[in-house]
Amino acid sequence: MRIKEHPILNFNHQKEIHFTYNGRAMIGYEGDTIAAALYDNGIRHFSDSVLHKRPRGLYCAIGNCGSCYMQVNGNDNVKTCMTLLEENMEVISEMSENDD
Amino acid sequence: MFEKTAVATKEMVKSRFPKDKKVLFRPKAIIECYHEIPCNPCETSCPFHAITIGEDINAIPQIDFDKCTGCGICVHSCPGLAIMVAMIKNGKAYFKIPYELLPLPKVNERWLAVDRNGDVISDCKIEQVMTAKKSTNHTTVVTVSLEQPYLYDFVTIRRKHE
Amino acid sequence: MINRDLVIIGGGPAGLSAAKVALDAGMNVTLIERFNQLGGQLIKQTHKFFGSKLQYAKTRGFEIAKILIDDLSTYSEDRLQILLDATCVGLYPDKVLTVYQYNKYLKYKAKSVIVATGASEKVLAFENNDLPGIYGAGAIQTIMNIYGIQPGKEVVMVGSGNIGLIVSYQLIQAGVKVKALLEASSTIGGYLVHASKLKRLGVDLLTNTTVKKALGKDQLEKIITVRLDDQWKEIPGSEKEIETDVLCISVGLSPLHQLMSMAGADMLDISELGGLVPKKTCDYETSIKNVYACGDVTGIEEASSAMVEGRICGLMAANHLGFKHPNALELENDLNNQLCVLRQGPCGEKIRCGLKKAGEINV
Repeated sequence: MRIKEHPILNFNHQKEIHFTYNGRAMIGYEGDTIAAALYDNGIRHFSDSVLHKRPRGLYCAIGNCGSCYMQVNGNDNVKTCMTLLEENMEVISEMSENDD
Repeated sequence: MFEKTAVATKEMVKSRFPKDKKVLFRPKAIIECYHEIPCNPCETSCPFHAITIGEDINAIPQIDFDKCTGCGICVHSCPGLAIMVAMIKNGKAYFKIPYELLPLPKVNERWLAVDRNGDVISDCKIEQVMTAKKSTNHTTVVTVSLEQPYLYDFVTIRRKHE
Repeated sequence: MINRDLVIIGGGPAGLSAAKVALDAGMNVTLIERFNQLGGQLIKQTHKFFGSKLQYAKTRGFEIAKILIDDLSTYSEDRLQILLDATCVGLYPDKVLTVYQYNKYLKYKAKSVIVATGASEKVLAFENNDLPGIYGAGAIQTIMNIYGIQPGKEVVMVGSGNIGLIVSYQLIQAGVKVKALLEASSTIGGYLVHASKLKRLGVDLLTNTTVKKALGKDQLEKIITVRLDDQWKEIPGSEKEIETDVLCISVGLSPLHQLMSMAGADMLDISELGGLVPKKTCDYETSIKNVYACGDVTGIEEASSAMVEGRICGLMAANHLGFKHPNALELENDLNNQLCVLRQGPCGEKIRCGLKKAGEINV
């Protein structure tokens, strides 16, 4: 859920950006990274661990940990926490089954 | 014990107040900085040079109540939100405290008075709200009044849930 | 191959401060930043900083970032090149750097390099610690303070260092309930003013307590905590269940040493500094000539110290190549004195001990 009012910060959630995640239409805001927009849309399960296929969420959100890699506009292994959301982006999770 | 609970004992709190309660007939800054950390904005922001830390900015600030006018500049200058201004007037205790949460209180509302342990001790009246602006760097300063026996207990306010 | 006097890796408090001093001394500088904006972790710090005026005390972290960035705005593009969204993926002993930006590899050859890569968050070992809903404190700050998203309904914080304390307070400011703060040790780790702020807002500060396991199907639903004795041994039967959708891990940072290691710099493993750090002289030069390091990559500390270290590094890089800063000597003494003051109190004991072990303390 977006923070509407904050005692210190001002957030500018003005311009909507439309994108799809595993084919589902979603909305984020200008300035969001892909990961931030997904998180706001309720996505918590970002990837599966390689060996045991355990669900992984964000861990660091600043490009260190690699838990949020996804396929973006056909490119594999994009760090979604470091990549700005763009209009009409197609984001596909890299889980064993793309059903999340 | 303080290192474990982060709750100052009554003795610690009293040591920060003037010994003579009459001094509080005028507003005075109460500096609850008990831990030596590298920090000195209270000293450098005081226009009356009432607060001394010195060369070693890790030292605990010392206040000269003769020089302190209770202006409250240190209240919003302290990064640790560890300073309030206290005063006794007409048998009531008045406090100016820093407040950085929303929603902000409004003048004349009754809010809960809270102690250092986070427990509600009484209710209190909101006397004045100096909203955050550039000069206070987004820290709102709220003046409240409550019964004088809570002088050494009160530390912050909490909104009443209807 | 692009030739530069100085390439700085990392646009956080250390890197920005280094750039300013090096530019003042007349160097041309390239600043490489992995994120889409400068400022590093400062941009998500909403609290007023400690320290003295010289390190912007009482200014909020994100506003300090603006000041440091503004300080660089007067330089022309040929003097200062800023690369955003750019990751330094290669650093070699001859000061050749490979930078990955927008699906392209750029090659730089620098006369000197300043490594200011910062740190990454440590993880904590417990059952199911990989469940979604368990995040590093930095991730919580990013989601909350950059993108304005509440990370969850309720949060349990693990770790009472300054980051754990500050992020707990920020969560409350963002309207999120902090159910408890767990600390394995018997005392609070960070500044007690921060802890007192939480306590009066009603947060339970549970010392001698840690998380034993996390439970949940595809995401976190609850945790089991356990009490620890003073030897950090679990006390049988003291387990308690806490329902929460977010668990925030704030158990310290590790220097991002990888580029230093890759370049073959002599490294030291010093626990007080957070792990592997480059060995350096009192001029902040690593074992590779004209390669310097500053900020968290050389030892975990507050951002105030990182800024001062950055300035020293910028000055040293300039000095060693014969660039003259207008008041080099005065600045050097002043900066060293600032570090000394920041570190001399009881809170500086750990870093003093770490630096002493590294054989470089210059007090």
